This record gives sequence, structure tokens and C-alpha cells, in this order.
Amino acid sequence: MSNANQTEQSQNTAEPTRWQTYKHIMDNGLWKNNQALVALLGLCPLLAVSNNIVNGLSLGLATLAVLLISNGLISLIRNHVSSDIRIPVFVAIIATAVTIIDLLMNAYLHTLHGILGIFIPLIVTNCAILGRAEAYASKNTLDKALVDGFFMGLGFLLVLVLLGALREMIGNGTLFEHTHLLFGDIAQNWTIHFSDNYQGVLLAVLPPGAFIGLGLLIALKNAYDTKKTAKTNNALGIPIAITPAPQQQENRP
Amino acid sequence: MTKHTKPSSKSSSNNTLFKHMFASAYKLGLFMFVCIILLLATDYLTAPKIAYEHRQAMLKTFNQVLPPHLYNNTPLEDTLTLSDPKQFTQLGSEHPVTLYRARKDNQPAGLIFQIKARNGYSGHINLLMAVLPNGKISGVRVLEHRETPGLGDKIELQKSDWILSFNGQTIQAHQPNDPRWAVKKDGGDFDQFTGATITPRAVVGAIKKALLFIQQRGESLYE
Repeated sequence: MSNANQTEQSQNTAEPTRWQTYKHIMDNGLWKNNQALVALLGLCPLLAVSNNIVNGLSLGLATLAVLLISNGLISLIRNHVSSDIRIPVFVAIIATAVTIIDLLMNAYLHTLHGILGIFIPLIVTNCAILGRAEAYASKNTLDKALVDGFFMGLGFLLVLVLLGALREMIGNGTLFEHTHLLFGDIAQNWTIHFSDNYQGVLLAVLPPGAFIGLGLLIALKNAYDTKKTAKTNNALGIPIAITPAPQQQENRP
Repeated sequence: MTKHTKPSSKSSSNNTLFKHMFASAYKLGLFMFVCIILLLATDYLTAPKIAYEHRQAMLKTFNQVLPPHLYNNTPLEDTLTLSDPKQFTQLGSEHPVTLYRARKDNQPAGLIFQIKARNGYSGHINLLMAVLPNGKISGVRVLEHRETPGLGDKIELQKSDWILSFNGQTIQAHQPNDPRWAVKKDGGDFDQFTGATITPRAVVGAIKKALLFIQQRGESLYE
């Protein structure tokens, strides 16, 4: 979590306006401190259910909902809970939120709930959620905590969907298969088949495919980031004076 | 933690420590209570819907193995539970098995039940099968398996038509070693898959055993 703390402390130095703060939170959640690509939290569900878009999207949505609820509640009670009992209280809140979502999905998305199975209850163990509760929500006001929960969840969801799309495309030669499980009957024929006799690459569907895919996504993100910093910095890595230096460079020697 | 934050004389620090502990315990208890209430409320509100969805899902799979026009009762309410280990082990199960009995105008129309193929390539394979009163298989579907994707998973209807080759098959009770009930590699009638013989062999074996069991009991299962 050191990375997260660092970026969050730096925002207090300049008294940014509310929208700047939200923008900063958004950047953090979607890119700079993406829970899946940078913090590498919640990998168990990420790797296990990213074998197609629907699974990724539904688990992502469930995680997003849990993050929103837990961040909101924890921010609300942050001044009423002493630090000794905060962790059990956080755990209770997260577990309750997850169980409620689990029951609701069982009732209203029954088939999908059957496919995702154990991975819905397992959201409890997603470190990203307790991590955000402890590192952010317990120290910030309700609005910021909610924005943080939303964008952290969205960042996680996007990675899940992207990885799911990659694996589904390479492994099965389809996209959006079984979407009707999530969106109902209107989605019956959203499935895209790329070729009629595509044999599929088994590796992409099996667990190793998830690791390889995630590795590639992380590499891609790092390559993009390096290229971007190379543009604004000189050869020694020092920001060029004309362009406003990005915040993350402040600590460099 | 509290000890260090409150530097004062020993007895009074002990006193505040206890006070603090009780306050914390009280608050923690309160939070747990609220959480439990929330969970109970959600459970109470969703339980009927979940039970309904569960029934609908079961009926849907029933309709896959036994066409709904063949019966007009509610098989979910007309059940027979096999609780004798000698009987349910014949169906591959380690727990009592429930037979769902379909009837048309009170005449036997079919039996629907779950069986387990215990010697799959990776773990058990759960199947749902329906047998008509004349001893012919009406349909078989795989409910759950962990066979290798791309090889053993051709037992799913989604991946291959193989599972349909059981439709209409039967076995005579007096001929338990019918050679046709095996994969082609073992001299039988059923195809194996390229690269996966163990999975179809397990499925064929389990279905044969279950069908024999039904054939030996015959009409008595409808009573």
C-alpha cells in the first residue's frame, strides 16, 4: 500500500479544488494506482473468472458495488470507531455487503450466480476492498470515499473485462457469449463469432492463459507509462522545465 | 496501543483502559448486531425468490431430458428417495438419491434423477438422466464436471452432440454385460473423443449401471 499512501499524501499539499481532487482520485483508480494492474490486489477472482466477458463484467460489477457500499459506510462511521476495533468493524461491513450482493444475485441473476459460484462470496477476501477501506475511506469524507470506491472498482472492472475479452477471443473465437445471463433476453444474439470453424487456443481458457494475459496487460501499461515519462523528462529522468511536471516525479533524485 | 497514548498514574490508566475496552466492545457488538439484522432482512426478503428460481432452474433441466408434453404432473412434488446405500451407490452417489417421477394422467411417464460418474478424468461428473417406463433413455445431460476444456468437455451438449447418442438406448435386465454398452475402443457402440477416452468411458459406465438398476426395479419405482 506504500504507493497508495504516497500519492494520497501528496494531494494535501496544494489544497486542490473539489473537482481536482475527484479528477485525481479518478486518475488513481483507473490508471496510476489501478488495483489490478499496479497494486496487484484481488488477483484470485481476477484470474479465475476472467475467461469470458460476461463473467468478468459481472464479477467486476459485484466488486464495484461492494467497494461503493463498504467505502461509503466506512467513511460514515470513521469518526465513531476507535482504531482498536476498526479492522473487525471493516471486515463485518465488507462481509455483510458481499453477502447481501450474493443473495441478491442468487435471487435475480440465478444462472449467472451458479456460474460465478464461489467467487461472489470470495469478494470478501479481495484485498483491494479492505485496502481501500483502510487506506482511503477511513480517512476521508463520504463524497471522496464514494468517488474513490467507484473509480477503484471501475478500474478493476475494466481490467477484468479486458482480460475476459482477450481470453474469450483467443480461447473461443467469440465475444459477448452468454451475455443474456446478465442482460436478459434482449442480449440473446449479441454473441460475435469470428470464424465458423475456429478451434480455439486451449491455453487462453486455462488458468495459465490468465497469468500470461495479465502479465501482458501490465507490461503494456508499463511500456506506455515509460514512453509518456520519456517525453516529458530529459535523458536523466529530470522533468523538462517548460512542461508542468507530473506529480509522481517529485520524489525522484 | 491505549496504554501508550494515555500517560497517567497506573491505577487511573487501568481504569480508563477498562472503560475504553468496554466502550469498544459495546460498539463492536452494536455494529455486529446491525450487520446481523441487515443480513437477516435480506435473507428473509430474497429466500422465496431464490427458492422459486431454484425450482425454475431444475424444471428447465428436467425439460431437457424429458419433453414436457410427456407428463402433466409436478415431478418436483412426486419424489421417491432411495436411502438404502446398496441402492444409491448403484447410481454412483454417496448420499441418498431422489427420483423425480413424471406421470401423465397418473400413468408412469418417466423417472428423472441425478447420477454420478465417479471415475472421470478429474473428479466426479454429475449427470441428470431420464428413463421412460419402457426402459429407454429419454435424455442425459451433464450438470457439473471438471474435465479438461477442449478434450473431455465434449460431454456437454454445448460443445458436442455426443450426449444425445444415449437417447432411445436401453439395456435388458437379464443381460447386464451387454457388450454394446461401452466406448468403441472397448468394443461397444459409443464414440470416444480424440485425446479423451477416460471421460466418455466413465459416463457410459455410470449410465449403464444406473439404467440396469432402473430396469431391475421396473414398475416398483413408481409406487
